[in-house]
Amino acid sequence: MNISYVHGLIGGAFIGAAAVILFWFNGRIMGVSGITSKLLSKPDKDFWWRLAFVLGLIFGGYIYQMRFPVAVVIETSGWGLIVAGFLVGFGTVIGNGCTSGHGICGLARLSKRSIVATIVFMAAGILTVWVKKTLGV
Amino acid sequence: MYIFTAFISGIVMSIGLCISGMVNPQKIIGFLDVFGNFDLTLAFVMAGALTITFVGFRLVGNFKPLLCDCFDLPKKNKVDASLVGGAVLFGIGWGLAGFCPGPALVGVGLGLPRAIIFVLSMLIGMFLAKKFLH
Repeated sequence: MNISYVHGLIGGAFIGAAAVILFWFNGRIMGVSGITSKLLSKPDKDFWWRLAFVLGLIFGGYIYQMRFPVAVVIETSGWGLIVAGFLVGFGTVIGNGCTSGHGICGLARLSKRSIVATIVFMAAGILTVWVKKTLGV
Repeated sequence: MYIFTAFISGIVMSIGLCISGMVNPQKIIGFLDVFGNFDLTLAFVMAGALTITFVGFRLVGNFKPLLCDCFDLPKKNKVDASLVGGAVLFGIGWGLAGFCPGPALVGVGLGLPRAIIFVLSMLIGMFLAKKFLH
């Protein structure tokens, strides 16, 4: 089996463990977009754990990189990143979730909304990559 | 303690995204490129994550969370236009750059200027969507 598939399975297990930790201890669904976007509202009692989760995500990358190599190739232009970032931010708030909240936690809960959302965003992503390649941009 | 466990969850998630290679937009675009250089890694990540999450969520049974009184679960259960429309917009952005919110935030921790640009724009999009919803 391709070694990156093995890394995928192991990394995926860590992602699942993170979702289970937040669920068992805090009683919360691990949806990165929701946790992040709610930090932009007026702070409520949930402000600090949400901030701690987001800082953990950022800090985790920082410490991982000190010990292990991380390969990242970003080919999208600056403007492309601005448009993509905006769509991801806007879309995840309107659609109530992203890859983690819908794609992992929601699917694990067999939520009908999450199953539909996951199929739709994967299809939209596949179509976007195809259109982009076909147009050569 | 409640804040600390959320921090730990974020770190474990971040490490998972690094190990799996999902922090690399090229791997995401490779998965979405089903008609081209298809890269199946994301499917293995989903398999690993879903197995643990599916079992982990069910092991809880009738127990309460360790640090609070009850589970806070999404209350909506109807598929509506906003869910589908939002997923379409998210999917387009995801396909354009290969970043979703988690990996992009990890990218900020890796010190990648391009991830920082993406995250700043994402925060503006989130902010405006909240205005739009009200």
